[in-house]
Amino acid sequence: MFELPSGAEIQSIIASLKLSVEFFIPEIYLSLLFMLLIVVDLVAKGKKNNLLSITTLLGLAGTMYFIFRQQSMPAGELFFGMYVLDEFAIFFKYFFVLSGILAVIITMADEQFESEVKSMGEYYALVVAMVIGMIMMASSADMMMIFLSMELVSFSAFILTGYFKRNPRSSEAALKYLVYGGVSSGLMVYGFSLIYGLTAETNLINISSALSQHGYDPVVLILATLLVLAGFGYKIGAVPFHFWAPDVYEGAPTPVTAYLSVASKAAGFALLMRFFYIAVPHGGPVYEDIIGINWVSLLIIISVASMIYGNVVALWQKNVKRLLAYSSIAHAGYLLLGIIVMDAFGTQATLLYLLSYFLMNFGAFYVVILIANKTGSENLEDYRGLGKKMPLAGAALTVFLISLVGLPPTFGFIGKLMIFSALLTKGSLYLWLALIGIMTSVISLYYYMLIPLNMYLRESPSSEQKNMNPGLLPNIIMAALMFLTIYFGLFFQPLADFAKYGSTLFGLKH
Amino acid sequence: MEHLVPIGLNHYLTISAFLLGFGLFAVMTRKNAIVVLMGVELILNAANINFIAFSKYNGGMGGIMFSLFVIVIAAAEAAIALAIVINIFKIFKSVDVSSIDSMKE
Repeated sequence: MFELPSGAEIQSIIASLKLSVEFFIPEIYLSLLFMLLIVVDLVAKGKKNNLLSITTLLGLAGTMYFIFRQQSMPAGELFFGMYVLDEFAIFFKYFFVLSGILAVIITMADEQFESEVKSMGEYYALVVAMVIGMIMMASSADMMMIFLSMELVSFSAFILTGYFKRNPRSSEAALKYLVYGGVSSGLMVYGFSLIYGLTAETNLINISSALSQHGYDPVVLILATLLVLAGFGYKIGAVPFHFWAPDVYEGAPTPVTAYLSVASKAAGFALLMRFFYIAVPHGGPVYEDIIGINWVSLLIIISVASMIYGNVVALWQKNVKRLLAYSSIAHAGYLLLGIIVMDAFGTQATLLYLLSYFLMNFGAFYVVILIANKTGSENLEDYRGLGKKMPLAGAALTVFLISLVGLPPTFGFIGKLMIFSALLTKGSLYLWLALIGIMTSVISLYYYMLIPLNMYLRESPSSEQKNMNPGLLPNIIMAALMFLTIYFGLFFQPLADFAKYGSTLFGLKH
Repeated sequence: MEHLVPIGLNHYLTISAFLLGFGLFAVMTRKNAIVVLMGVELILNAANINFIAFSKYNGGMGGIMFSLFVIVIAAAEAAIALAIVINIFKIFKSVDVSSIDSMKE
């Protein structure tokens, strides 16, 4: 049934692989960094010093150079259509490397690691592994590559979530993450197998052409799409695949929570956009099928449910990490709005929103960590009176929360503005979606502002005087993040251009 | 024996659909974390049967390659899952997923 390739064919396969490797250098470099970190850990013998974290920081910063060099390379498919290099992928490569760097920086600030674990061991290596996986997720052009890269990210994330292995909450979070992750990726692979059955192809671009040339059974395709959405929806933490999110975000070490809520979610969105824009058909007569639903209506349902559920349930949260978990579910809903628009402007808006979410969410978690270092708690009630004791942290957290609500003059406002204007360019079709988005943002104002309310207007129950200064370096980083959140709210043009640059997908037919 | 229907694509797809159903059932109803993970394996193997059956009847190698990778990933997942479950057992003295629920709204 299958014939062995001849010698000449093998030669041409090897030549093609050699050609592709030139376009794969950032990933190879990161894999080497991953191995280097394991060796450094062996040499340092688990001692707690900054050797590992500094190596990771420098290594990740070095990746930027290789990604920059890729900007001048032509967009195209590599490794027999397994992988693509395009502007969209390059945008996300920068995004993930930067989030890896920030994850390392906020891990260095977290004092909980001192008490919970004996050594940092593989922690930084796993952070780098997650960066590799996420970069591959954003660049995959084949269902097999999508599955493999997604599992690389998931497995690293499971271990990072349970990194405090003597802490019951951290272990419980890891178990829940694992079970939900296993089920949803299993469903996703089942969906892939149905698509493979429909088209006999695994490459996204070939799937698209096979579907349009040979036609398909709409019921099977919508079932397969729904199953695939289970996998992607789990990664982005959207309703109804969100059940893991609150427990995992609360139980995981806080830097891991920040990393998961920003980077892993962005990777899910990258996959979602590439898969749905390129592989599954949209528009055209075949698409208006008998059952009357398609993947856009599925995404609309998920998006509306996420915005409403995330914002409403967040109202009665008492733990700040859990509150931010529900807020991240709501933000998945806003980000989906940009994908529903389904044009270059919508993609640009989604990418810009991801950039703003990156700054404000990492900033908020950074302040939460600095506060927890001093008070040992993440409960809303323990934030009372902190505004006077930690003035800079209070101001910074307020700015990040205003940005999360989406009020001017912050970057979060620009992100929401872009998403809603992308919706409104489609005329009155999506007006109601924009209205739901705006109304749920108003609901979110209440629970976000509970935190500054506790910090500034309520008195702390204990009047003991304690040194609450987080230190010089954390103060500088916090102030820088706060400054950037406001700066990009006023001068957003460079980032909007960058997002526009990133909105070009290889193989997309408009 | 000639009155029996020869085995075709539909037979494979039926078995895989049943496996998927059993897997989901195990994940949703069982309390023991190990059995839940067995349910996850059933789901992955349902997809494997699909891939190999489609590959046989479509005549391509893509599905066979995919199923090989799914097997590898399933093994890696089992290793990580067991490590986490053992750690859970050390802390909670139980692997009952309904009793491991310390975080509440």
